[in-house]
Amino acid sequence: MTLWSFFATHRQEILAAIEQHLMLVGISIFIAILIAVPLGILAVTRPRLRALSLALANIFQTIPSLALFGFLIPLPFLGGIGARTAIVALVLYALLPILRNTYVGLTSIEPAILEAAEAMGMSGSQVMFRVRLPLAKGFILAGIRTATVITIGIATIAAAIGAGGLGTFIFRGVAMVSNVVILAGAIPAAILALLADYALGFLERLWKVN
Amino acid sequence: MPEAAAFAEYVIEFRQAGYVVPSKTPRSILHEVSLGVTDGEVLAILGRSGSGKTSLVKLINRILGFTSGDVLVGGTSVSEWNLIQLRRGIGYVIQEIGLFPHLTVRDNVCIVPELERWPLDRIHRRFLEVMALVGLNADEFGNRYPRQLSGGQRQRVGVARALAADPRILLMDEPFGALDPITRAELQQVFLDLSRRVRKTIVLVTHDLREALLLGTRVVLLHAGRVVASASPEEFLKLQQPEVREFVAASELRLGHIP
Ligand SMILES: Nc1ncnc2c1ncn2[C@@H]1O[C@H](COP(=O)(O)OP(=O)(O)OP(=O)(O)O)[C@@H](O)[C@H]1O
Ligand SMILES: [Mg+2]
Repeated sequence: MTLWSFFATHRQEILAAIEQHLMLVGISIFIAILIAVPLGILAVTRPRLRALSLALANIFQTIPSLALFGFLIPLPFLGGIGARTAIVALVLYALLPILRNTYVGLTSIEPAILEAAEAMGMSGSQVMFRVRLPLAKGFILAGIRTATVITIGIATIAAAIGAGGLGTFIFRGVAMVSNVVILAGAIPAAILALLADYALGFLERLWKVN
Repeated sequence: MPEAAAFAEYVIEFRQAGYVVPSKTPRSILHEVSLGVTDGEVLAILGRSGSGKTSLVKLINRILGFTSGDVLVGGTSVSEWNLIQLRRGIGYVIQEIGLFPHLTVRDNVCIVPELERWPLDRIHRRFLEVMALVGLNADEFGNRYPRQLSGGQRQRVGVARALAADPRILLMDEPFGALDPITRAELQQVFLDLSRRVRKTIVLVTHDLREALLLGTRVVLLHAGRVVASASPEEFLKLQQPEVREFVAASELRLGHIP
Protein backbone atom coordinates (compact mmCIF):
# COMPACT_ATOMS: atom_id res chain seq x y z
CA MET A 1 0.00 0.00 0.00
CA THR A 2 1.44 3.39 -0.93
CA LEU A 3 1.34 6.38 1.36
CA TRP A 4 -0.91 8.17 -1.06
CA SER A 5 -3.53 5.47 -1.19
CA PHE A 6 -3.43 5.19 2.61
CA PHE A 7 -4.14 8.91 2.85
CA ALA A 8 -6.97 8.52 0.38
CA THR A 9 -8.65 5.59 2.08
CA HIS A 10 -8.18 6.90 5.64
CA ARG A 11 -8.92 10.53 4.98
CA GLN A 12 -11.70 10.80 7.52
CA GLU A 13 -9.65 9.15 10.20
CA ILE A 14 -6.58 11.31 9.55
CA LEU A 15 -8.63 14.51 9.55
CA ALA A 16 -10.22 13.49 12.82
CA ALA A 17 -6.77 12.83 14.28
CA ILE A 18 -5.55 16.24 13.12
CA GLU A 19 -8.57 17.85 14.72
CA GLN A 20 -7.94 15.96 17.95
CA HIS A 21 -4.28 16.94 17.85
CA LEU A 22 -5.12 20.59 17.35
CA MET A 23 -7.60 20.45 20.21
CA LEU A 24 -4.99 19.01 22.56
CA VAL A 25 -2.45 21.64 21.54
CA GLY A 26 -4.91 24.53 21.45
CA ILE A 27 -6.39 23.85 24.87
CA SER A 28 -2.96 23.26 26.41
CA ILE A 29 -1.44 26.44 25.00
CA PHE A 30 -4.49 28.43 26.05
CA ILE A 31 -4.22 27.19 29.62
CA ALA A 32 -0.45 27.66 29.64
CA ILE A 33 -0.87 31.29 28.55
CA LEU A 34 -3.45 31.87 31.27
CA ILE A 35 -0.96 30.61 33.85
CA ALA A 36 2.40 31.78 32.53
CA VAL A 37 1.63 35.36 31.45
CA PRO A 38 0.11 36.46 34.77
CA LEU A 39 2.88 34.61 36.59
CA GLY A 40 5.47 36.47 34.50
CA ILE A 41 3.74 39.77 35.32
CA LEU A 42 3.74 39.01 39.04
CA ALA A 43 7.35 37.85 38.89
CA VAL A 44 8.56 41.28 37.75
CA THR A 45 8.11 42.73 41.21
CA ARG A 46 8.59 39.53 43.20
CA PRO A 47 12.08 38.03 42.91
CA ARG A 48 11.24 35.00 45.04
CA LEU A 49 8.23 34.11 42.92
CA ARG A 50 10.36 34.55 39.82
CA ALA A 51 13.04 32.17 41.07
CA LEU A 52 10.52 29.59 42.24
CA SER A 53 8.31 29.61 39.14
CA LEU A 54 11.21 29.52 36.71
CA ALA A 55 12.84 26.68 38.62
CA LEU A 56 9.60 24.66 38.62
CA ALA A 57 8.93 25.29 34.94
CA ASN A 58 12.50 24.26 34.23
CA ILE A 59 12.05 20.98 36.08
CA PHE A 60 8.89 20.10 34.13
CA GLN A 61 10.70 20.89 30.92
CA THR A 62 13.60 18.56 31.68
CA ILE A 63 11.49 15.52 32.61
CA PRO A 64 11.32 13.27 29.50
CA SER A 65 7.82 13.52 28.09
CA LEU A 66 6.94 9.84 28.29
CA ALA A 67 8.12 9.82 31.91
CA LEU A 68 5.98 12.87 32.69
CA PHE A 69 2.92 11.13 31.29
CA GLY A 70 3.89 8.12 33.41
CA PHE A 71 4.12 10.25 36.56
CA LEU A 72 0.74 11.83 35.91
CA ILE A 73 -1.30 8.69 35.26
CA PRO A 74 -1.48 7.54 38.91
CA LEU A 75 -2.39 11.03 40.19
CA PRO A 76 -5.97 11.61 41.35
CA PHE A 77 -8.01 14.32 39.49
CA LEU A 78 -5.20 15.34 37.12
CA GLY A 79 -4.14 11.87 36.06
CA GLY A 80 -5.63 8.75 34.58
CA ILE A 81 -5.80 7.58 31.01
CA GLY A 82 -6.98 9.99 28.34
CA ALA A 83 -6.93 13.53 27.04
CA ARG A 84 -7.09 15.24 30.42
CA THR A 85 -3.77 13.83 31.55
CA ALA A 86 -2.23 14.66 28.20
CA ILE A 87 -3.37 18.25 28.47
CA VAL A 88 -1.91 18.58 31.97
CA ALA A 89 1.44 17.32 30.70
CA LEU A 90 1.40 19.55 27.64
CA VAL A 91 0.56 22.59 29.77
CA LEU A 92 3.51 21.81 32.03
CA TYR A 93 5.77 21.67 28.97
CA ALA A 94 4.45 24.87 27.47
CA LEU A 95 4.89 26.89 30.67
CA LEU A 96 8.62 27.49 30.56
CA PRO A 97 9.02 29.16 27.17
CA ILE A 98 6.01 31.42 27.76
CA LEU A 99 6.96 32.29 31.32
CA ARG A 100 10.58 32.94 30.48
CA ASN A 101 9.80 35.12 27.48
CA THR A 102 7.13 37.04 29.34
CA TYR A 103 9.53 37.79 32.15
CA VAL A 104 12.42 38.70 29.87
CA GLY A 105 10.18 40.88 27.70
CA LEU A 106 8.77 42.74 30.68
CA THR A 107 12.15 43.35 32.26
CA SER A 108 14.33 44.15 29.25
CA ILE A 109 12.75 47.55 28.68
CA GLU A 110 15.04 50.54 28.35
CA PRO A 111 15.43 52.11 31.83
CA ALA A 112 14.85 55.61 30.43
CA ILE A 113 11.38 54.59 29.26
CA LEU A 114 10.46 53.19 32.65
CA GLU A 115 11.85 56.25 34.35
CA ALA A 116 9.79 58.51 32.12
CA ALA A 117 6.68 56.49 32.96
CA GLU A 118 7.41 56.71 36.65
CA ALA A 119 8.16 60.43 36.49
CA MET A 120 4.78 61.01 34.85
CA GLY A 121 3.09 59.70 37.92
CA MET A 122 2.00 56.35 36.56
CA SER A 123 1.03 53.84 39.21
CA GLY A 124 2.69 50.43 39.25
CA SER A 125 -0.16 48.81 37.36
CA GLN A 126 -0.28 51.62 34.83
CA VAL A 127 3.41 51.14 34.12
CA MET A 128 2.73 47.42 33.70
CA PHE A 129 -0.30 47.63 31.45
CA ARG A 130 0.45 50.78 29.49
CA VAL A 131 4.20 50.43 29.07
CA ARG A 132 5.73 47.09 29.96
CA LEU A 133 3.13 44.74 28.48
CA PRO A 134 2.70 46.50 25.13
CA LEU A 135 6.47 46.62 24.73
CA ALA A 136 6.86 42.97 25.72
CA LYS A 137 4.15 41.51 23.50
CA GLY A 138 6.58 40.54 20.73
CA PHE A 139 8.64 38.56 23.26
CA ILE A 140 5.56 36.94 24.73
CA LEU A 141 4.34 35.89 21.32
CA ALA A 142 7.76 34.42 20.54
CA GLY A 143 7.44 32.34 23.70
CA ILE A 144 3.98 31.19 22.69
CA ARG A 145 5.35 30.23 19.30
CA THR A 146 8.13 28.11 20.78
CA ALA A 147 5.68 26.53 23.19
CA THR A 148 3.23 25.72 20.39
CA VAL A 149 5.84 24.03 18.22
CA ILE A 150 7.14 21.97 21.15
CA THR A 151 3.61 21.03 22.15
CA ILE A 152 2.64 19.88 18.66
CA GLY A 153 5.61 17.51 18.77
CA ILE A 154 5.04 16.21 22.27
CA ALA A 155 1.32 15.78 21.66
CA THR A 156 2.15 12.88 19.32
CA ILE A 157 3.25 10.96 22.41
CA ALA A 158 -0.09 11.65 24.09
CA ALA A 159 -1.54 8.84 22.01
CA ALA A 160 0.43 6.46 24.23
CA ILE A 161 -1.93 7.26 27.10
CA GLY A 162 -5.03 7.14 24.98
CA ALA A 163 -5.42 10.83 24.26
CA GLY A 164 -5.72 10.36 20.52
CA GLY A 165 -4.24 12.73 17.97
CA LEU A 166 -1.76 12.06 15.19
CA GLY A 167 0.40 9.94 17.47
CA THR A 168 -2.23 7.22 17.14
CA PHE A 169 -1.01 6.45 13.63
CA ILE A 170 2.62 6.54 14.68
CA PHE A 171 2.14 4.04 17.49
CA ARG A 172 -0.12 1.89 15.33
CA GLY A 173 2.46 1.97 12.53
CA VAL A 174 5.20 0.94 14.90
CA ALA A 175 3.09 -1.98 16.14
CA MET A 176 2.23 -3.00 12.56
CA VAL A 177 5.82 -2.39 11.36
CA SER A 178 4.33 -0.22 8.62
CA ASN A 179 6.20 2.89 7.52
CA VAL A 180 3.19 4.08 5.62
CA VAL A 181 1.03 4.19 8.74
CA ILE A 182 3.80 5.86 10.75
CA LEU A 183 4.17 8.54 8.08
CA ALA A 184 0.41 9.10 7.99
CA GLY A 185 0.80 10.45 11.52
CA ALA A 186 4.28 11.92 11.29
CA ILE A 187 3.86 13.96 8.12
CA PRO A 188 0.73 15.88 9.17
CA ALA A 189 2.33 16.50 12.61
CA ALA A 190 5.43 17.96 11.00
CA ILE A 191 3.35 20.10 8.66
CA LEU A 192 1.26 21.36 11.58
CA ALA A 193 4.42 22.35 13.48
CA LEU A 194 5.83 24.18 10.48
CA LEU A 195 2.55 25.95 9.79
CA ALA A 196 2.17 27.05 13.41
CA ASP A 197 5.76 28.28 13.44
CA TYR A 198 5.23 30.23 10.27
CA ALA A 199 1.87 31.73 11.22
CA LEU A 200 2.96 32.81 14.69
CA GLY A 201 6.26 34.08 13.30
CA PHE A 202 4.31 36.22 10.87
CA LEU A 203 2.16 37.64 13.67
CA GLU A 204 5.28 38.31 15.70
CA ARG A 205 6.87 40.35 12.93
CA LEU A 206 3.64 42.26 12.55
CA TRP A 207 3.73 43.14 16.23
CA LYS A 208 7.43 43.86 16.42
CA VAL A 209 7.05 46.77 14.00
CA ASN A 210 6.05 49.04 16.81
CA MET B 1 -0.93 70.91 46.08
CA PRO B 2 -1.33 70.82 49.86
CA GLU B 3 -2.34 73.91 51.84
CA ALA B 4 1.20 74.91 52.69
CA ALA B 5 1.80 75.78 49.04
CA ALA B 6 0.17 79.17 49.30
CA PHE B 7 2.59 80.28 52.05
CA ALA B 8 5.75 78.67 50.81
CA GLU B 9 8.54 81.06 50.02
CA TYR B 10 10.09 78.65 47.55
CA VAL B 11 8.46 76.39 45.01
CA ILE B 12 11.39 74.02 45.35
CA GLU B 13 13.77 74.01 48.26
CA PHE B 14 16.80 71.92 49.17
CA ARG B 15 17.77 72.04 52.83
CA GLN B 16 21.21 70.56 53.27
CA ALA B 17 20.00 67.72 51.14
CA GLY B 18 22.30 64.79 50.50
CA TYR B 19 22.08 61.68 48.43
CA VAL B 20 23.96 58.47 49.04
CA VAL B 21 23.38 55.59 46.62
CA PRO B 22 21.88 52.89 48.81
CA SER B 23 23.98 49.78 48.21
CA LYS B 24 26.46 47.52 49.95
CA THR B 25 29.21 49.98 49.11
CA PRO B 26 27.39 53.29 49.56
CA ARG B 27 28.49 56.10 47.27
CA SER B 28 27.89 59.67 48.25
CA ILE B 29 26.67 61.64 45.23
CA LEU B 30 25.31 64.91 46.64
CA HIS B 31 26.43 66.73 49.79
CA GLU B 32 24.53 69.30 51.84
CA VAL B 33 22.86 70.98 48.91
CA SER B 34 20.95 74.09 49.96
CA LEU B 35 18.99 75.89 47.29
CA GLY B 36 15.68 77.68 46.94
CA VAL B 37 13.86 78.13 43.67
CA THR B 38 11.21 80.85 43.64
CA ASP B 39 8.08 80.97 41.54
CA GLY B 40 8.78 81.74 37.88
CA GLU B 41 12.51 81.35 38.24
CA VAL B 42 14.61 79.50 35.66
CA LEU B 43 17.39 77.84 37.60
CA ALA B 44 20.20 76.68 35.34
CA ILE B 45 22.35 73.96 36.83
CA LEU B 46 25.85 73.76 35.45
CA GLY B 47 28.49 71.20 36.15
CA ARG B 48 30.74 68.81 34.39
CA SER B 49 29.80 65.25 33.62
CA GLY B 50 29.34 63.26 36.81
CA SER B 51 29.01 66.28 39.08
CA GLY B 52 25.53 65.20 40.15
CA LYS B 53 23.20 67.37 38.05
CA THR B 54 20.85 64.59 37.03
CA SER B 55 20.79 63.18 40.56
CA LEU B 56 19.92 66.61 41.96
CA VAL B 57 16.97 66.95 39.61
CA LYS B 58 15.73 63.46 40.40
CA LEU B 59 15.53 64.30 44.09
CA ILE B 60 12.83 66.84 43.23
CA ASN B 61 10.31 64.38 41.75
CA ARG B 62 11.62 61.65 44.01
CA ILE B 63 12.87 59.36 41.27
CA LEU B 64 15.67 59.30 43.83
CA GLY B 65 14.83 59.72 47.51
CA PHE B 66 17.12 62.13 49.40
CA THR B 67 19.05 60.40 52.17
CA SER B 68 19.79 63.39 54.40
CA GLY B 69 18.53 66.92 54.92
CA ASP B 70 15.24 67.67 53.19
CA VAL B 71 13.79 68.47 49.78
CA LEU B 72 10.55 70.44 49.68
CA VAL B 73 8.13 71.10 46.88
CA GLY B 74 5.48 73.74 47.54
CA GLY B 75 6.64 73.88 51.14
CA THR B 76 6.03 70.18 51.77
CA SER B 77 8.78 67.62 52.01
CA VAL B 78 8.73 65.32 49.00
CA SER B 79 8.74 62.41 51.45
CA GLU B 80 5.31 63.54 52.65
CA TRP B 81 3.82 64.09 49.22
CA ASN B 82 1.65 61.48 47.58
CA LEU B 83 4.15 60.31 44.99
CA ILE B 84 1.71 60.26 42.09
CA GLN B 85 0.30 63.72 42.86
CA LEU B 86 3.79 65.12 43.26
CA ARG B 87 4.89 63.79 39.89
CA ARG B 88 1.74 64.74 38.00
CA GLY B 89 2.47 68.35 38.96
CA ILE B 90 6.04 68.25 37.68
CA GLY B 91 6.95 68.03 34.01
CA TYR B 92 10.17 66.14 33.44
CA VAL B 93 12.27 66.12 30.31
CA ILE B 94 14.73 63.32 30.91
CA GLN B 95 18.24 63.31 29.54
CA GLU B 96 17.69 60.21 27.38
CA ILE B 97 14.29 61.56 26.21
CA GLY B 98 12.55 58.25 26.99
CA LEU B 99 9.62 58.47 24.56
CA PHE B 100 7.34 55.44 24.52
CA PRO B 101 8.23 53.57 21.33
CA HIS B 102 4.84 51.86 21.09
CA LEU B 103 2.85 55.09 21.15
CA THR B 104 2.41 57.75 18.50
CA VAL B 105 3.68 61.27 19.07
CA ARG B 106 0.15 62.30 19.95
CA ASP B 107 -0.29 59.57 22.53
CA ASN B 108 3.16 60.22 23.95
CA VAL B 109 2.42 63.91 24.39
CA CYS B 110 -1.08 63.42 25.79
CA ILE B 111 -0.28 60.67 28.25
CA VAL B 112 -0.48 62.69 31.47
CA PRO B 113 -3.70 64.52 30.49
CA GLU B 114 -5.10 61.10 29.66
CA LEU B 115 -4.00 59.67 33.01
CA GLU B 116 -5.63 62.71 34.59
CA ARG B 117 -8.80 61.91 32.62
CA TRP B 118 -9.20 65.25 30.94
CA PRO B 119 -12.16 65.42 28.52
CA LEU B 120 -11.13 64.41 24.99
CA ASP B 121 -11.69 67.79 23.37
CA ARG B 122 -9.59 69.50 26.01
CA ILE B 123 -6.80 66.96 25.47
CA HIS B 124 -6.94 67.59 21.76
CA ARG B 125 -6.79 71.35 22.14
CA ARG B 126 -3.88 71.04 24.54
CA PHE B 127 -2.08 68.76 22.11
CA LEU B 128 -2.31 71.36 19.35
CA GLU B 129 -1.14 74.05 21.80
CA VAL B 130 1.98 72.31 23.04
CA MET B 131 2.96 71.10 19.57
CA ALA B 132 2.80 74.73 18.44
CA LEU B 133 4.86 75.74 21.47
CA VAL B 134 7.70 73.40 20.56
CA GLY B 135 7.40 74.20 16.86
CA LEU B 136 6.16 70.89 15.49
CA ASN B 137 3.35 70.54 12.99
CA ALA B 138 0.63 68.57 14.78
CA ASP B 139 -0.87 67.12 11.57
CA GLU B 140 2.45 66.07 10.18
CA PHE B 141 3.90 64.48 13.31
CA GLY B 142 0.91 63.48 15.42
CA ASN B 143 0.55 60.00 14.01
CA ARG B 144 4.23 59.15 13.71
CA TYR B 145 6.07 56.84 16.03
CA PRO B 146 9.23 58.01 17.84
CA ARG B 147 11.44 55.88 15.61
CA GLN B 148 10.18 57.90 12.64
CA LEU B 149 11.57 61.15 14.07
CA SER B 150 14.97 62.79 14.00
CA GLY B 151 16.86 63.31 17.26
CA GLY B 152 15.88 66.98 17.43
CA GLN B 153 12.23 66.22 16.74
CA ARG B 154 12.27 63.63 19.50
CA GLN B 155 13.64 66.16 21.93
CA ARG B 156 10.85 68.56 21.00
CA VAL B 157 8.29 65.84 21.60
CA GLY B 158 9.93 65.17 24.97
CA VAL B 159 9.50 68.83 25.87
CA ALA B 160 5.90 68.87 24.60
CA ARG B 161 5.11 65.82 26.71
CA ALA B 162 6.50 67.48 29.83
CA LEU B 163 4.40 70.58 29.16
CA ALA B 164 1.17 68.82 28.27
CA ALA B 165 -0.55 68.75 31.66
CA ASP B 166 0.53 72.35 32.28
CA PRO B 167 2.60 71.56 35.37
CA ARG B 168 3.73 74.35 37.63
CA ILE B 169 7.24 72.95 37.74
CA LEU B 170 9.36 71.86 34.83
CA LEU B 171 12.55 69.82 35.21
CA MET B 172 14.66 69.72 32.07
CA ASP B 173 17.75 67.55 32.02
CA GLU B 174 19.91 68.58 29.07
CA PRO B 175 16.87 68.92 26.85
CA PHE B 176 18.97 70.27 24.00
CA GLY B 177 21.85 67.86 24.29
CA ALA B 178 23.27 66.10 21.26
CA LEU B 179 21.96 68.62 18.75
CA ASP B 180 23.72 70.51 16.01
CA PRO B 181 24.37 74.19 16.89
CA ILE B 182 21.64 75.51 14.62
CA THR B 183 18.88 73.27 15.92
CA ARG B 184 20.13 73.89 19.41
CA ALA B 185 19.88 77.64 18.98
CA GLU B 186 16.42 77.18 17.52
CA LEU B 187 15.26 75.14 20.49
CA GLN B 188 16.81 77.58 22.91
CA GLN B 189 14.72 80.26 21.25
CA VAL B 190 11.66 78.08 21.64
CA PHE B 191 12.55 77.75 25.30
CA LEU B 192 12.95 81.51 25.77
CA ASP B 193 9.60 82.25 24.10
CA LEU B 194 8.02 79.58 26.17
CA SER B 195 9.42 80.66 29.52
CA ARG B 196 8.22 84.18 28.80
CA ARG B 197 4.77 83.16 27.69
CA VAL B 198 3.95 80.54 30.31
CA ARG B 199 5.02 81.28 33.85
CA LYS B 200 6.68 78.21 35.24
CA THR B 201 9.31 77.35 37.74
CA ILE B 202 12.02 75.66 35.73
CA VAL B 203 15.12 73.73 36.67
CA LEU B 204 17.30 73.37 33.60
CA VAL B 205 20.35 71.13 33.61
CA THR B 206 23.13 71.80 31.14
CA HIS B 207 26.87 71.54 30.92
CA ASP B 208 26.96 74.37 28.42
CA LEU B 209 27.90 77.66 30.06
CA ARG B 210 26.45 79.78 27.25
CA GLU B 211 23.16 77.97 27.43
CA ALA B 212 22.99 78.48 31.19
CA LEU B 213 23.74 82.20 30.88
CA LEU B 214 21.26 82.61 28.04
CA LEU B 215 18.33 80.72 29.51
CA GLY B 216 18.75 80.89 33.27
CA THR B 217 17.55 83.66 35.54
CA ARG B 218 19.99 82.17 38.03
CA VAL B 219 22.98 79.93 37.49
CA VAL B 220 24.23 77.31 39.90
CA LEU B 221 27.48 75.42 39.55
CA LEU B 222 27.73 71.89 40.90
CA HIS B 223 31.12 70.43 41.56
CA ALA B 224 31.58 66.89 42.86
CA GLY B 225 28.10 66.86 44.37
CA ARG B 226 28.29 70.27 46.03
CA VAL B 227 26.83 73.62 45.07
CA VAL B 228 29.92 75.82 44.72
CA ALA B 229 28.31 78.90 43.20
CA SER B 230 24.90 80.47 42.74
CA ALA B 231 24.50 83.81 41.00
CA SER B 232 22.60 85.74 38.37
CA PRO B 233 23.92 85.24 34.83
CA GLU B 234 25.53 88.71 34.92
CA GLU B 235 27.34 88.08 38.19
CA PHE B 236 28.27 84.51 37.48
CA LEU B 237 31.19 85.30 35.18
CA LYS B 238 32.64 87.70 37.79
CA LEU B 239 32.80 85.09 40.51
CA GLN B 240 36.31 84.30 41.70
CA GLN B 241 35.94 80.79 43.13
CA PRO B 242 38.50 78.45 41.58
CA GLU B 243 35.79 75.99 40.45
CA VAL B 244 33.96 78.77 38.60
CA ARG B 245 37.13 80.11 37.01
CA GLU B 246 38.10 76.64 35.94
CA PHE B 247 34.68 75.93 34.45
CA VAL B 248 34.58 79.27 32.63
CA ALA B 249 38.13 78.84 31.33
CA ALA B 250 37.38 75.35 30.05
CA SER B 251 34.24 76.63 28.31
CA GLU B 252 36.09 79.55 26.71
CA LEU B 253 38.74 77.18 25.46
CA ARG B 254 35.99 75.32 23.66
CA LEU B 255 33.75 78.15 22.58
CA GLY B 256 35.89 81.26 22.49
CA HIS B 257 35.45 84.29 24.72
CA ILE B 258 32.16 84.48 26.57
CA PRO B 259 31.07 88.08 27.01
N1 LIG C 1 22.78 54.31 40.60
C1 LIG C 1 24.02 54.79 40.79
N2 LIG C 1 24.93 54.05 41.47
C2 LIG C 1 26.17 54.51 41.68
N3 LIG C 1 26.62 55.67 41.24
C3 LIG C 1 25.76 56.45 40.56
C4 LIG C 1 24.43 56.05 40.29
N4 LIG C 1 23.84 57.02 39.57
C5 LIG C 1 24.76 57.97 39.40
N5 LIG C 1 25.93 57.64 39.99
C6 LIG C 1 27.14 58.45 40.03
O1 LIG C 1 26.79 59.69 40.56
C7 LIG C 1 27.53 60.73 39.97
C8 LIG C 1 26.60 61.80 39.48
O2 LIG C 1 25.81 61.29 38.44
P1 LIG C 1 24.80 62.21 37.63
O3 LIG C 1 24.09 61.36 36.65
O4 LIG C 1 23.95 62.96 38.60
O5 LIG C 1 25.80 63.20 36.91
P2 LIG C 1 25.51 64.36 35.85
O6 LIG C 1 26.05 65.61 36.43
O7 LIG C 1 24.08 64.37 35.47
O8 LIG C 1 26.41 63.90 34.63
P3 LIG C 1 26.14 64.08 33.05
O9 LIG C 1 26.47 65.50 32.70
O10 LIG C 1 27.12 63.14 32.43
O11 LIG C 1 24.73 63.71 32.77
C9 LIG C 1 28.36 60.07 38.89
O12 LIG C 1 29.67 59.95 39.37
C10 LIG C 1 27.71 58.74 38.68
O13 LIG C 1 28.67 57.79 38.31
MG1 LIG D 1 23.05 63.93 33.72
